[in-house]
Amino acid sequence: MIRLLALRELRSLFSMPSTWFALAVLQFIFAWFFLARLDAFLEIQPQLAQLANPPGVTITIAAPLFNTAALLLMMLAPMFTMRLIAEERRNQTLTLLLSAPLSSRHIVLGKFFGLLIFLAALMAGLPLMLYTLAFGTALDHGMLLSNMLGLLLLTASYVAVGLYVSALTTQPVIAAIGALAVLVGLWLADIGTAAEDSPWHLISPLNHFQNFNAGLLDSGDAVFFVLFSAFFLLLAMRRIHNNRIYG
Amino acid sequence: MPNATPEITLSARNLSRRFGNRQIIHDVSLELRRGEVLGLLGHNGAGKSTTLQMLTGCLLPDEGKIEICGIDLLRRPMLAKAHIGYLPETPPLYRELSVNDYLIFAARLRGMKPGDAAEALVQTRQRCGLETVGKKIIGTLSKGYQQRVGIAQAIIHRPAVIVLDEPTVGLDPTQIRDIRTLIRELGDSSSVILSTHLLGEVQSVCDRVEIMQHGKLIYGDTSARMQKYGGISGFIISLRSPPSLSELEAIAGVSSVEPLSATQFRVLHAPDINPSAALLTLAERQGWQLEQLTPLQATLEEVFARITDAGITGEKNTTGETS
Repeated sequence: MIRLLALRELRSLFSMPSTWFALAVLQFIFAWFFLARLDAFLEIQPQLAQLANPPGVTITIAAPLFNTAALLLMMLAPMFTMRLIAEERRNQTLTLLLSAPLSSRHIVLGKFFGLLIFLAALMAGLPLMLYTLAFGTALDHGMLLSNMLGLLLLTASYVAVGLYVSALTTQPVIAAIGALAVLVGLWLADIGTAAEDSPWHLISPLNHFQNFNAGLLDSGDAVFFVLFSAFFLLLAMRRIHNNRIYG
Repeated sequence: MPNATPEITLSARNLSRRFGNRQIIHDVSLELRRGEVLGLLGHNGAGKSTTLQMLTGCLLPDEGKIEICGIDLLRRPMLAKAHIGYLPETPPLYRELSVNDYLIFAARLRGMKPGDAAEALVQTRQRCGLETVGKKIIGTLSKGYQQRVGIAQAIIHRPAVIVLDEPTVGLDPTQIRDIRTLIRELGDSSSVILSTHLLGEVQSVCDRVEIMQHGKLIYGDTSARMQKYGGISGFIISLRSPPSLSELEAIAGVSSVEPLSATQFRVLHAPDINPSAALLTLAERQGWQLEQLTPLQATLEEVFARITDAGITGEKNTTGETS
């Protein structure tokens, strides 16, 4: 059932021209960043070569690129999550799901995985571009993998927040702005706090991405992402269930 | 009906529902047997849609019990809901999908296997007159076709209980006729419950009617019997050379005569004696030149008004037995 709902979500997404437009524009932006970083790397490469232990191509090109993608995603995810439940409610298609033999768990997880798969596909262009470098040089596969995993977990946490905010309202635009406010709020609180041990650092997804970005796999960070996503998904399930209680 | 007592497919007992401090549904009990079409009749805001939402599990009742094919809807919703097909007031259509994709999704959603769903799709499209639009995007279809797709999603998994909320609203007369025929057909194999504020709809498609007002069921009976409720016995006659009123009133059985124009009269009579035969022979003999004789039929509007008026005074009629 979860798979069926996820596939429906994907089918709907891909039947809308706006999705293809977003896909195209995003690939263009990624390619632009990629080429700009590559250009900068080639320019400073002679100087880097003189260092005793020079940073490799992966850390100078891939890491900043993934970091940019993570920031972009923060703005982008709400635009896709806003429709998830708010639009179903506005178009009254939510009734179809509520009257079908499904639990709130199916509905929420179906939508979550549907969009996560889509966003993963959207982001897939990035590692593909980076792997073209493998034709000319040796890449740090471990670091690339850690970045990809980190980006996927980060996306999951963003989708979970967006899904919950979308479950709160009937207006997709409000859902988008609400999710953006939460995500940017968490980020600003994180970067705006100087104290090293502030709790704001602990609850900011982007902060937990930094280790992945540096090629460091910390199980603590991974657990954070799982808990963060699960928390918002549970809230969303609760909200869908309340739909039956409060109408 | 095929059997003497077909099984009960839907039973709701003492449903109550409040929104905030407002009690919307008071103590509603309904029962539906296989092969029955039940009309839920009421003004806008009477609580019809809320009742149907509760029957389909979209809204939890504050009190009461609902059973679908003997399965408790509130305790085991996943099992019970597989037997329900529901068309809400606004058809729940994914406008960006094609008709085929959408209907297959609706069938799979109710637990049909892919092979069965494909087979059901062919059959349902044929039943709902959607053969030619299978590959079209739902958003591009006309309102009538969208409504048909809405009905198709409610019946594709062959549910035992079909719940239709105002299925003919916003359609043109031909489409209304087609959809009513379809509902009648559905009523042969499943139980259908439909809400409407059109009395003619109840008359043409429903076996039984429940009238709802202010969240209460105030009247329930077969729709044929409802038409007789408070019916008028009388007719309208046109005579080209009419006699005096007293002459007409003198005919045995006639209780009152009211002139509608110079040549038209409304004749009322006692329900057990019909004076039309006597009047015809008299008109022949006296040369009144009879042009027209139309029996008066209480319109459903009148019946409805009478019943709802009675409802205000707190009268509750007992539910009529149908089988």
